[in-house]
Amino acid sequence: MPEREQKRRPAPSERAPREEAPVTAPGKQGEKLKEELDDLLDEIDSVLEDNAEEFVRSYVQKGGQ
Amino acid sequence: MAIPKVCGIETEYGVVWRGAPESSPVTASSLLINGYVEHRKVGWDFDAESPGRDARGFARDESAPPEVETHLVNTVLTNGARYYVDHAHPEYSTPECSDALELVAADKAGERILARSMKAVRRLIEADQEIVVYKNNSDGKGNSYGCHENYLVDRSVPFPALVQTLLPFFVTRQVFTGSGKVGSENGAAPVGFQLSPRADFFEEEVGLETTLKRPIVNTRDEPHADPQKYRRLHVIVGDANLCEVATFLKVGTTAIVLAMIEDGFIDKDLSVVDPVRAMRTVSHDPTCRATVGLADGGTATAVEIQWEFLRLAAKYADETGLEACGGETVGADVLRRWEQVLTGLESDPGALDGQLDWVTKKALIDSYAARGGLEPLDPTLALLDLQYHDVRPERSLYEKLVRAGRVERLVDEATVTAAITEPPATTRAYFRGRCLSRWSDSVVATNWDSMILDVGSEPLRRIPMMEPLKGTREHVEQLFEECASPAELVARLAS
Repeated sequence: MPEREQKRRPAPSERAPREEAPVTAPGKQGEKLKEELDDLLDEIDSVLEDNAEEFVRSYVQKGGQ
Repeated sequence: MAIPKVCGIETEYGVVWRGAPESSPVTASSLLINGYVEHRKVGWDFDAESPGRDARGFARDESAPPEVETHLVNTVLTNGARYYVDHAHPEYSTPECSDALELVAADKAGERILARSMKAVRRLIEADQEIVVYKNNSDGKGNSYGCHENYLVDRSVPFPALVQTLLPFFVTRQVFTGSGKVGSENGAAPVGFQLSPRADFFEEEVGLETTLKRPIVNTRDEPHADPQKYRRLHVIVGDANLCEVATFLKVGTTAIVLAMIEDGFIDKDLSVVDPVRAMRTVSHDPTCRATVGLADGGTATAVEIQWEFLRLAAKYADETGLEACGGETVGADVLRRWEQVLTGLESDPGALDGQLDWVTKKALIDSYAARGGLEPLDPTLALLDLQYHDVRPERSLYEKLVRAGRVERLVDEATVTAAITEPPATTRAYFRGRCLSRWSDSVVATNWDSMILDVGSEPLRRIPMMEPLKGTREHVEQLFEECASPAELVARLAS
């Protein structure tokens, strides 16, 4: 169960200005984001079911509502 | 004044029994529920069920009534929810909630209950087997299963008035409610990725069916409340969402639109031409730029039509208030987020990664495909789609994204955990849940609008609960504290 997520309450005011991302050097930020994404995709690779084709083919459900 | 939009969500989960020589989804679903429910299972009382009743005022005659599978596992939990087997799927119906935020927690609690069930069921099956559930809506092979919403609506509103406004609203709300799907189904034109896994399955504008020839507006007329005063609008057009913002907006915006219809506030005809076709047109276009025909002869994008609804809603909030749909806190937040999401969809849908399911899923699939140089039809992309909805925390790609801090949450985990066992305080679910947690041995059966208690002497007592907003914590907490037995409770209620 996820335990590290941030609790983000809705902002109280309906007219609150939207928060913009803080300004940082675009190159550095881009690199950092790419690194994070690569790490995430690696992590996803580690939990993906084996043999995608067979797995997807065998996922068959009875129709419901 | 519009009546309070009491609401709930029922979700049929996809289910797989891996490693079993002959895997029956009905048995797998039953095992999941039996594995989870440790206290004595309290049965469901079917006496008051009438899924064949039509809101347009006639009982169906040409086809058989929907099958009500009374012999299947069917129970009620201390949080006031119903957990049961329906159409070969485990189904979780949240307790009645009084606003969209409360319902986000109740719906997320359902996912946790299914996750706990998968763990608990291990002791009931062979060690090399596993039962896995997915919170999705289709198997990619033409079989779909639903995630339905329910809203309390004033009986005095003519049904055609609901239909007229809901058709364009449902066709266009997919831009934020869609949970995303790789490919198309059910004879729809080929597409790489679409907004809603359910869109291809809608074939009628209005009707009673839920399992074939599905209608955009469902006419099932089973109020589960005082039938003189209320309707329960049964919405079958939605997707099973994982993103809390998507669930929040799906429920929150629909509640406001219903309140506006009730108050006769919608002075504009927003009807679209051929809603069934428009449903697919909108879903099949992840750029959100496709247009649909309007009744007045013009055309508009789904986002533009949603802006019209939002403009009306903002005016409604100013003039009438949002008391019926979440009040000044939740209702106002719905308006704020609605605006933010439409703004995002208009300029760059990708900006809503982490808020809307279809955008989040698409961003994940696109990044994955780009990194591996995968073609759009690569089966790995379909696997990503499927596994996004895997309810096991260690396998769910959605949960991976949450843990990576890439998804916005609206409720904290402590609130979700509480909603696994505690009923909402603000509806009759509180009474139901408290009866269950205090005296489950005395509860013979229950359904949405009544409970049958065995008070130790003949006859069994049925407690009617025809008012969804009676039996709240405020009403009955003290009563529960003062009563030592169900017999005492029944006596006090009668006095």
